[in-house]
Amino acid sequence: MLTILFDGVAYGMLLFVLACGLAVTLGLMNFVNLAHGSFAMAGGYVTLLLVNRNGIPFFAALPLAFLASAAIGALFERTLYVHVYAKPHLDQVLFTIGLVFMSVAAVDYVMGSQQQYIRLPSMLQGQTSLFGLNVGKYRLLIIVLCGLLTVALQLTLTHTRFGSRLRAAVDDPRVASGLGIHVNGIFAVTFAFGSGLAGLGGALGAEILGLDPTFPLKFMIYFLIVVTVGGTSSITGPFLASLVLGIGDVAGKYYVPKFGAFVIYTIMIVVLIWRPQGLFARATAR
Amino acid sequence: MTQQLGDDIARYLKGRARWHPLEIAFWLLAVASIFLLPGKHLILTEISVLALFALSLDLILGYSGIISLGHAAYFGFGGYVAGLLAKHNLIAEPVLALVVSGLAATVLGFVTSFLVLRGSDLTRLMVTLGVSLVLREIANQVDWLTGGADGLQGVVLAPVLGLFPFDIAGHTAYVYCLIVVFVLFLLARRIVNSPFGLSLRAVKGNPLRSSAVGISVNGRLIGIYTIAAGYAGVAGALLTQTTQFVSLDVFSLERSADVLLALVLGGTGYLYGGIVGAVIFKLMQDYLANLTPQYWQFWIGLVLVLLVLVGRERMTNWTAPIRALFARMGPRAAPSVESAPTPAAEGP
Repeated sequence: MLTILFDGVAYGMLLFVLACGLAVTLGLMNFVNLAHGSFAMAGGYVTLLLVNRNGIPFFAALPLAFLASAAIGALFERTLYVHVYAKPHLDQVLFTIGLVFMSVAAVDYVMGSQQQYIRLPSMLQGQTSLFGLNVGKYRLLIIVLCGLLTVALQLTLTHTRFGSRLRAAVDDPRVASGLGIHVNGIFAVTFAFGSGLAGLGGALGAEILGLDPTFPLKFMIYFLIVVTVGGTSSITGPFLASLVLGIGDVAGKYYVPKFGAFVIYTIMIVVLIWRPQGLFARATAR
Repeated sequence: MTQQLGDDIARYLKGRARWHPLEIAFWLLAVASIFLLPGKHLILTEISVLALFALSLDLILGYSGIISLGHAAYFGFGGYVAGLLAKHNLIAEPVLALVVSGLAATVLGFVTSFLVLRGSDLTRLMVTLGVSLVLREIANQVDWLTGGADGLQGVVLAPVLGLFPFDIAGHTAYVYCLIVVFVLFLLARRIVNSPFGLSLRAVKGNPLRSSAVGISVNGRLIGIYTIAAGYAGVAGALLTQTTQFVSLDVFSLERSADVLLALVLGGTGYLYGGIVGAVIFKLMQDYLANLTPQYWQFWIGLVLVLLVLVGRERMTNWTAPIRALFARMGPRAAPSVESAPTPAAEGP
């Protein structure tokens, strides 16, 4: 029972790191980015190449995965995404789905369609005992890392100048730009950072979520659930939503394996009907 | 003065609803394809199924502005109903089974239509996607009924109307599909030119203002969503009947995305967009799949990206001369196609 809770928390934390970039970009620009998973997949494959082919240590590869995905994100944002912000949602959906299809096929072409495994250092394999509870070492690492990241993100958002600018821009872009905040610049930085986080999540999650070319399609719905259920006005909302989703998914697959996925989708639909703005969203004045 | 304006509007709308020579030519061409391209009937059948599916999406996207990423839910549901009816010999006659499948999808559409009424585009996107995923999951789990991941096998069909058996070259199937598409197209054409259809355009243009002139926005959206679901169900049933097989693939996200692409390729909001788009999409897919069997999705993705970057309007503007021709051939020249919803909103 506690093990399931533990696994669920690890899974949820991972989902949060994967999806929080999406929450911010969606809240900031009202931009529906279905291709977010592609950046996560990029991080996963970068780590795979570094660790398995070039023998770089796993812990050194993680920051590189972050940087690589952030760079790819920044590049795409500046060259392609920037033209699509002002377009209607239908165009954004078409555009990002197109990117997903392209990334799936491209990775399939370069890396092959089989499931890939990143070679983990031996110190991360097996289980360890924590307060009398047997837990996987790797999952423990995920919880610690993602927990630290979450705290750092929250502190950045609430205690730095960039954070307050970002929050202002999310709350009301027009007024924020009227006050001299460079909304587009903030957005570009946030987009790159969010893609980087997704890449890091993809690298960390390869072990648990699996890594193959259909990754962006398979987990797109999970990211979207996190974002829509959690709301886009803060990062605590998506965080709680990720935890609920992670625990719910793991517990659902364990206790009622026949209806595991079914439960998640149903919960999502019910939440969206009940609170279309998200479960933890503040009432906005707009 | 008001009387004069009312008459003008009425005459303008009647003019819009009238058949143009090009439309007749289009359908004559479709009939000619039966005789001129006998070797291509298999792909033509696929095209007509996709065309009907895209037409159904056009009804909700082009005429009421609902973005759906899960329209395959109704397509798949209709497909499975048709498959089960035929497999268990409940209704062996295809036309009747088609009607029943369509009605089943219509009911499902009505029940789920309440879900798309609330929230923003993103919420709708998620809810429609969620519905199709839930249905896929159900179809996967009740494998004693649907065959689960292996698909439903053993679908055997009686001759159409008891007279025309399905043949291996797909001649019967194509003629059958074409007739179904044509009949449903006529119905859709009637619907969008009816007061109901005109009020839908008003709702799409401005929901707040249209509710102010007395249009029940939710009622209209429920109505068209239900009808579109029925259309999608018939399209799914056609697929099952012509391929004699149905699998979980009918619910997939790719299917919803494909039909969206087909529709925007042809252009939304004038009914022919779905049909024209289906022709382009299938030919493109066929060509690409021959070129690179495994990676054709990449090129489809590229088309989507380019389509948006270049601009959907500019891209589909190749239909503009045709539409302008329509307008000129009409009894009264329309000022422009886009401004049409406004007079509808100001009607009596």
